[in-house]
Amino acid sequence: MNQRVILSSKQLDLTITRLCYQLIETHNDFAKSALIGLQPRGIYLAKRIEQKLNTILKDKKINCGSLDITFYRDDFRKKELIPNSTTIDFIIEDKNVILIDDVLYTGRTIRAGLDAMLAFGRPQDVELLVLIDRRLSRNVPIQAKYVGKTIDSIASEKVKVEWREIDKEDKVWIMKND
Amino acid sequence: MNKLSTKHLLGIKNLTKQDIELILATADNFKEVINRPIKKVPSLRDITIANLFFENSTRTKLSFELAEKRLSADVINFSASGSSVKKGETLIDTVNNILAMKVDMVVMRHANAGAASFLAKHVNAKIINAGDGAHEHPTQALLDAYSIKQKLGTIKGKKVAIIGDILHSRVALSNIFCLQKLGAEVLVCGPTTLIPRYICALGVKVETNLRTALEWCDVANMLRIQIERQDIKYFPSLREYTMLYGVNKSLLDSIKKEIVIMHPGPINRGVEITSDVADSKQAIILEQVENGVAVRMAVLYLLAGRN
Repeated sequence: MNQRVILSSKQLDLTITRLCYQLIETHNDFAKSALIGLQPRGIYLAKRIEQKLNTILKDKKINCGSLDITFYRDDFRKKELIPNSTTIDFIIEDKNVILIDDVLYTGRTIRAGLDAMLAFGRPQDVELLVLIDRRLSRNVPIQAKYVGKTIDSIASEKVKVEWREIDKEDKVWIMKND
Repeated sequence: MNKLSTKHLLGIKNLTKQDIELILATADNFKEVINRPIKKVPSLRDITIANLFFENSTRTKLSFELAEKRLSADVINFSASGSSVKKGETLIDTVNNILAMKVDMVVMRHANAGAASFLAKHVNAKIINAGDGAHEHPTQALLDAYSIKQKLGTIKGKKVAIIGDILHSRVALSNIFCLQKLGAEVLVCGPTTLIPRYICALGVKVETNLRTALEWCDVANMLRIQIERQDIKYFPSLREYTMLYGVNKSLLDSIKKEIVIMHPGPINRGVEITSDVADSKQAIILEQVENGVAVRMAVLYLLAGRN
């Protein structure tokens, strides 16, 4: 296994800060906006962004939820899929929703995420924020508006985003089987 | 552990503790789904499910049908009355004819014990037992366990009394297996004639005095007297049964702790349980019905996901 770090803990923090300021440019005080992290690993990025926005905007209340997309996936029965929890305790009708995930790869997760989100209402508009964009591997026509880092990788490589909440520390890896 | 150890749900007896815990955990997710503004998910959109009810049912049939529809499955319904079963068609023939129409899963209720297992051996579809005679009713036991867990936080170490017609009850047997696997203590209570002779072999306590049973338990699961299955008289009169085994408000109030009252339905008000108890805060009878849809969605989802 050949692996190297593409974002260290410090770089990751800088990237998240930059993404937050980009979000503020569009969403101002977030009164009509909502962050939705995709389960299982996009929720950590969403939480981080929420915390950072709170610091920058001086404890302004920001809607932040987590969305499980298991029941909307298109690969059910190709493998066993066990669901996670969904917590959206605000109304998304007419909101500007920012869907958040760690890695954008084939785009299928986001496709399912759009479907899953519609069960909670009709947002005004939907944007996509990802930490890592593997831009050469898309299966469906989906692009992110806010991107932490774009990388060129091939299918045999694997990108892993680690969070200090569940892993040891914040780090983004690219791994390749020899 | 992220998949069931079995391809069919024939009874609780063949499930492992991990299977039951997986079903209950998945049911939590579906409970959240059925409380959304849009209560439907597309998971089973390419699956066709046949509900074969060879015996009467209200709750189970509606609950399964709703669970299937909430998962976007295509549903066909069959009930024995008004079908070719009356013309003498055998069970295997009936089911194979239905499967020839490309059905993926079968939910079946049948008056004979073992009917679901028999079908699982002979036809090529996933079978879910929705009650087979006086044998098992696995989804009822799962939803009862889910409801107890929701009410009391845990099942391990809790004391559950099953009261009433144990002899003719598939709910009792499935509940005993399920609760024991999850670490609860189980007691059965009823007139001696309605308690199977060798039930102690399952490791349950037996009690014939209702008050003693209620004083012992945290949860009382009240069962209906199944008159339709009783070929001979098991007790002198319903009135006498009610006096000795009916739960009423004054009896419950005289016990020094709050017992959770459950009932799988249909209730015979004034026989095994009085109206004021059935409609009291202690009773979680309607929660059981709500949870039934979530638990059945979990079972259908997990079985359909198995290759």
